Amino acid sequence: MDNVNKIKSDPRLRKFDEKTTFWELLRYKYFTFYFFKRACWAIFRLVLLIGISYVVLFPYISKIAGSFMSREDFVDVMVKLIPKYPTLDTYKAIINDNEYFKALFNTTTLSLLCGVAQMLTCAVVGYGLSKFKFKGRNILFFAVIFTMVIPHETLQMSMFMKFRYFDIWGIYGFIAKTFGLSTEATPAIANLLNTYWPLGILSFTGLAFKNGLYIFIMRQYFKGVPDELEEAAYVDGAGVIKTFIRIILPMSVPMLVTIFMFAFSWQWTDEFYTGLFFTDKTKNWLLPNIVSIPSSLDTEYAAKETYEAAIRNTCGLLILAPLVIIYLFAQRTLIEGVERSGITG
Amino acid sequence: MDNAQEVVKTVKAPKPETAPKQRKGKSLERQKAKMGWLFVAPFLIGFVLIYLPLIFESIKFSFSEMHTQPGSGYITEFVGFENYSKALFEDPDFVRTLVTTLKDLAINIPATVIFSLFMAIMLNQKMRGRAVFRAIFFIPVIVSTGIIAGIDAQNLLAEAQQTATDMSSGNIAGASSGTEFISAIDIARLFSGIQIGTGAIEWIQNLVNNIYDIVNRSGVQMLIFLAGLQSISPAIYESCYMEGASAWETFWKITFPMISPMILVNTIYTIIDSFTSESNAVMQTIQSVYDSSGRMTESVAMSWIYFLIVILILAVIAGILSAFVFYQRRD
Repeated sequence: MDNVNKIKSDPRLRKFDEKTTFWELLRYKYFTFYFFKRACWAIFRLVLLIGISYVVLFPYISKIAGSFMSREDFVDVMVKLIPKYPTLDTYKAIINDNEYFKALFNTTTLSLLCGVAQMLTCAVVGYGLSKFKFKGRNILFFAVIFTMVIPHETLQMSMFMKFRYFDIWGIYGFIAKTFGLSTEATPAIANLLNTYWPLGILSFTGLAFKNGLYIFIMRQYFKGVPDELEEAAYVDGAGVIKTFIRIILPMSVPMLVTIFMFAFSWQWTDEFYTGLFFTDKTKNWLLPNIVSIPSSLDTEYAAKETYEAAIRNTCGLLILAPLVIIYLFAQRTLIEGVERSGITG
Repeated sequence: MDNAQEVVKTVKAPKPETAPKQRKGKSLERQKAKMGWLFVAPFLIGFVLIYLPLIFESIKFSFSEMHTQPGSGYITEFVGFENYSKALFEDPDFVRTLVTTLKDLAINIPATVIFSLFMAIMLNQKMRGRAVFRAIFFIPVIVSTGIIAGIDAQNLLAEAQQTATDMSSGNIAGASSGTEFISAIDIARLFSGIQIGTGAIEWIQNLVNNIYDIVNRSGVQMLIFLAGLQSISPAIYESCYMEGASAWETFWKITFPMISPMILVNTIYTIIDSFTSESNAVMQTIQSVYDSSGRMTESVAMSWIYFLIVILILAVIAGILSAFVFYQRRD
């Protein structure tokens, strides 16, 4: 009985009818402890989220602001974020002097190639690791994790040597010898540097940057796909490969987009592999190479460091701009894809 | 009616064979296993033909001296542990950088995991503009690998030179950096007022100075946590609410245990990510040694030492954490 009385006296459970005035309604709805608590939490949350968004965005905002500043703005103490004499000279100079569009074209080709190759390879390998039972599967999965853990600096020298003097178990040398391409004095050695081959080979074999992670994600995702789906396809007479292409791939498009976005954008901003494999910069002018001070801009004056820093930042912005535009279109699928991936498995 | 009859026909069509069918099933399974090999073939071929030779060569390089010959490749000369002893005892930077980096990471890794869990819980709540915030927090994952970090480092270097010249000419006014949000001196002043010990002050100071780094590094972890949070059945929360548990209790009794496998995954991911990232100081030292002429093999030896340390740390932490992980039995 005591409890019932308590509940009856609870203002939150009061019944309203036509007699209750507007002010009373207002009071019961908004001037309660619960509403207060929730409002406080919402405000706190909003402030925190905005603050952290600021931390994330601030460097870009300041870089964007700096990119529009003219020479005079850097010596002016009053100019903080908004330039007094806005100009596009920095952009123009970088685009013209540093051959931006050539670099953009080359990098786009390379990133598309690597992105698609890595996406397909990781999907196929992930499917193989999740849905088939064969001996050595666990060892293979361990190998995938192993490629993820080993820092790529460890392998950079042997990788360089591998592709500089490319020859798998002497097979290439043997072929070259039998076809008379090489003699004892001048052995033929395939130099794959400054071509797309090294990155292509690494991408198609799932060994490129962070591919272990992609294979892991794809494996976890395919593990969550019910077996009944494939069994139904088998009963209907489809083979394993046909099932994979016609059923599994179309249904996992969000995941594939996610992997593609990761692979594409990490290849886009990669300096390590491109620096390693593209030693001749005149032949392969890629986006990371455009970070330099254009010759048409005169930086020898009082605010030299800040001006040069702003120019370099502008180069960075120009590199990232296409990526950000793609991201804005793909981000929905991207985030949903990772959430649905079942990494939680 | 025609349709129905057809259906009956097709259902009746398969012949009632029992014994051969079983054999067929077995072979089908074997066939499927073969198909499995086909699917993993790209990785297997790459791993056996390229990756394993790379690793063996790398180990070989770390024990040898190398001379390139124009036109016909390179020759190596076995020198034993010389590269390793050089890296550990002669190089002025390597060991020092290693120790400071490990110290830094001891702060950053737990902070990253806790921060990303906190943010994931926030972003999992229903509110306006959630999609926008998610998009913003995910930008660093896409954007800030490699290039931007490199440019920032270049700028910092130029700035440091500038400050050095300023200091020597007696001008200290330009010393504040544009990338710092809160001046470390302010924090130090604030906390020395509270008097909680210099160790704690240093820790918090480091944390505040690294906040940008931490936020930038926690994008993927945040997503993994979000995925984990969404897989918790809402029915559990509902029953908690009905039983009168507070939000605090619900977090510690439900969310935390249910998310603990993800904490393990994320900790391991964070360790790997921060140890192998290009902005890592040890990585940069190794890179600079690699770039300086004639010391290539030494850099390989250094990175093997580093790799062994990372593996050791990973094993210890994974071992400790997995003892506390709670796995929900689904079946």
